[in-house]
Amino acid sequence: MKPLPLWKPVTVFVVALFSLLYAAPSMMGGVPSWWPSWLPQLVIARGLDLQGGLYLLLHVEVDKAVEQAAENMVDDVRGVMRNAKLRYRGVEHSGKEEVSVKLSQPDEMTQARKVLATEIPHAVITEDPDHTTLKLTINPKDQKEMRNFAVEQSIQTIRSRIDQFGVAEPTIQKQGEDRILVQLPGLKDSSRAKALIGRTARLEFKVVDEKGDLAAALEGRVPAGDIVLYGEQTDKKTKKANRQPYLLKKRTVLSGELLTDARVNFDSQYNEPYVSITFNSQGARKFSQLTAEHVNERMAIVLDNTVYSAPVIRERIDGGRAQISGSFTAEEAHDLAIILRAGALPAPVTIMEERTVGPTLGRDSIEHGITAALVGSLLVLAFMGIYYRAVGWLANLAVALNIVILLAILAWIQATLTLPGIAGMVLLVGMSVDANVLVNERIREELRTGKPPLLAIDLGYDTAFITILDSHITTLITALILFQFGTGPVKGFAVSLAIGLVASMFTAIFVTRVVLAMVLKNRRIKSLSI
Amino acid sequence: MEIFPHKTSIDFVGISWIAYLLTGLMFVASTISLATQGMHMGIDFAGGTLIQLRFQAPPALQDIRTTMVGLGLGDVVIQEFGTREEIILRVQKQTGDDGKPGELAAKIIKALEPLVGKDPIELRRVEFVGPQVGAELEQKGFLAMLYSIGAILIYVAWRFELRFAYGAVIALAHDAYCSMGLLSILQKEFTLTIVAAVLTIVGYSINDTIVIYDRIREEMRRNKKSSLAEVINIAINRTLSRTVITSGTVVMVLLALLLFGGEVIHDFALVLLFGIIVGTYSSIFVASPIVLFFEKKRSDHTKTAPKEEVAS
Repeated sequence: MKPLPLWKPVTVFVVALFSLLYAAPSMMGGVPSWWPSWLPQLVIARGLDLQGGLYLLLHVEVDKAVEQAAENMVDDVRGVMRNAKLRYRGVEHSGKEEVSVKLSQPDEMTQARKVLATEIPHAVITEDPDHTTLKLTINPKDQKEMRNFAVEQSIQTIRSRIDQFGVAEPTIQKQGEDRILVQLPGLKDSSRAKALIGRTARLEFKVVDEKGDLAAALEGRVPAGDIVLYGEQTDKKTKKANRQPYLLKKRTVLSGELLTDARVNFDSQYNEPYVSITFNSQGARKFSQLTAEHVNERMAIVLDNTVYSAPVIRERIDGGRAQISGSFTAEEAHDLAIILRAGALPAPVTIMEERTVGPTLGRDSIEHGITAALVGSLLVLAFMGIYYRAVGWLANLAVALNIVILLAILAWIQATLTLPGIAGMVLLVGMSVDANVLVNERIREELRTGKPPLLAIDLGYDTAFITILDSHITTLITALILFQFGTGPVKGFAVSLAIGLVASMFTAIFVTRVVLAMVLKNRRIKSLSI
Repeated sequence: MEIFPHKTSIDFVGISWIAYLLTGLMFVASTISLATQGMHMGIDFAGGTLIQLRFQAPPALQDIRTTMVGLGLGDVVIQEFGTREEIILRVQKQTGDDGKPGELAAKIIKALEPLVGKDPIELRRVEFVGPQVGAELEQKGFLAMLYSIGAILIYVAWRFELRFAYGAVIALAHDAYCSMGLLSILQKEFTLTIVAAVLTIVGYSINDTIVIYDRIREEMRRNKKSSLAEVINIAINRTLSRTVITSGTVVMVLLALLLFGGEVIHDFALVLLFGIIVGTYSSIFVASPIVLFFEKKRSDHTKTAPKEEVAS
């Protein structure tokens, strides 16, 4: 037998010790109170499929953000034209990212163009062939920035909503160009969380067009500059939803951006919840001016294109406070206040993928997974012990160390354990046994040819080495590809398998050989228990 | 303890006609099933909503069906999941009719409540996959399969020879195809987790094949005068006990997973179990004969010496 350099047993001992220390908290299901603070504290996190929770993949409709910017440009263009004393027949949002200006005097074209170009630098201006219309489109670079900003802003807004709602350890990440991944572990009420996250929450105040003909508008003849929006009221007695149309001036006179606070209050008379909102100084000034201008008219409070209420303005309102009432439950009012405080999403989001696992299913999965892992491992250990006797138990030791190393690394890199991840571990037990089987079968073969035990061991390990290397690397290739392409649970499976394969090479080739050499050192044995 | 006598000398190459028959049979059965009934695509790929509910007492499926028809959700598949109290609903329609996302489950539970009186219905799981994500996942799964096969082809060609690489790749394509065939025949749902299972089969099958190839390479060097068919026979026989023991232990573990792993992991374990058995079979009866086939195809009978190993 080859001589055993000292560094080999030392390496085995150190790896085993560190792995045990790192794996221990996870194996005990958490850091126990007696566990000293100077020892590793990291515990493998359980995936959503094991502890329950909500996984959401959202798509941010970034094009809508650009569209909104173009719509906002209409007011800017009007202002610029007015200040420059240029007359125009109309300014309108004529395409997705386009605003067109029709001039009254074609000879003012050059001047208008010059003024608009300096005042609105993020627009590309083109002239129509008829020489009376200018078209402004948002330039591509700014569009790209707006799209990026819409996603970043959405992430921040969603994070702030979730933080205020109160979820432990949420994950909110950007995925690709225009997607957001939200993971909320341990969540109980998923539909409420979804409503909280997915709502755009664009709060707008619009003046009701009292002179317009609502009936005609409903038949399709909407007056220029107007819009029909609906309000939804639920009748308290019949519980029937009632859709009521309103004819509103299209222009938003005040929006939720100027809010500083939103709180839930209760109506003293009916004990009904409502949300009271407070504007900042600019908003308060605007609000007071507006209410003064529109006394005895109705002002509609519109949230995401639904009219919540349209109270009549009795008098000028100072102090910058308003209230949103509707037939809310206390819960709805509470969530609405959170959403308004956190602010509107810059663009609507849609749910592309959702996975909710209830807490009881997660618990069942863990129990099942652990039972299966235990039964499977015990079967294999018993078989190996019987089939290869002493060397079989050595292999079992290697497999056990393999699992401990895997758990230690998973804890150390803070990986997430999923149900397929447990399955991966169970499969790994089977496969790491294989490396040991390869070695043991080789040793047996060498023994049969009449070689002495110590030589047979050396030859067995040497010849099995290449086979183990090749077979592990090819399996590792598939594990890595699985990791690259997989999502969520599949990734967890790939991680467990890949780490385990590397650990398996180490334990089967290196550890068992060192231990065997230590045991057989300075002994002249005639037979091997294999 | 030993399962096999020291020296088996089964003429694997000679009895390969049995293998052709069996492989042909599996291939035909898989192809017919895939062509006629196809894969039962799960919502991961087809898109849609899956809702798992647990009732306090076994509900009447017929009543649930009637209630679902009343909701007008289009096609709804209703089935028991593991126990009789547990029900899975699969809905094609993406969202509630008012277009608000994620209210479908709440709506369905509300509609079902009159059926069970006061006992609460527990929402165990909701999965919703939009059509775009479904298409992306399908593409990803397909690419993963393709890349694995490509990478293995390159690695085996580098470590061994090209004809070995062909054999390995054909063997694992065989395993993947038969596993898909089984899924189609049993009409088990094809999900992301199943893709992981099939890829694992690919990984295991290649592992098994490499062990035999490695032995073929070794025996080729040792027995320069023997024909390739003889060498292959020797190699398979020498590794036979290892092959059976390893597959046996993996099968043991998978049986434990199948029996105790719970309903969520059940199909995953089933596909793996089938795939491991087929993968073991294909290493012996598909991968090795193909090396021989490419050997025969060579017009010049000059035997090229196998590549030397890099490390030893």
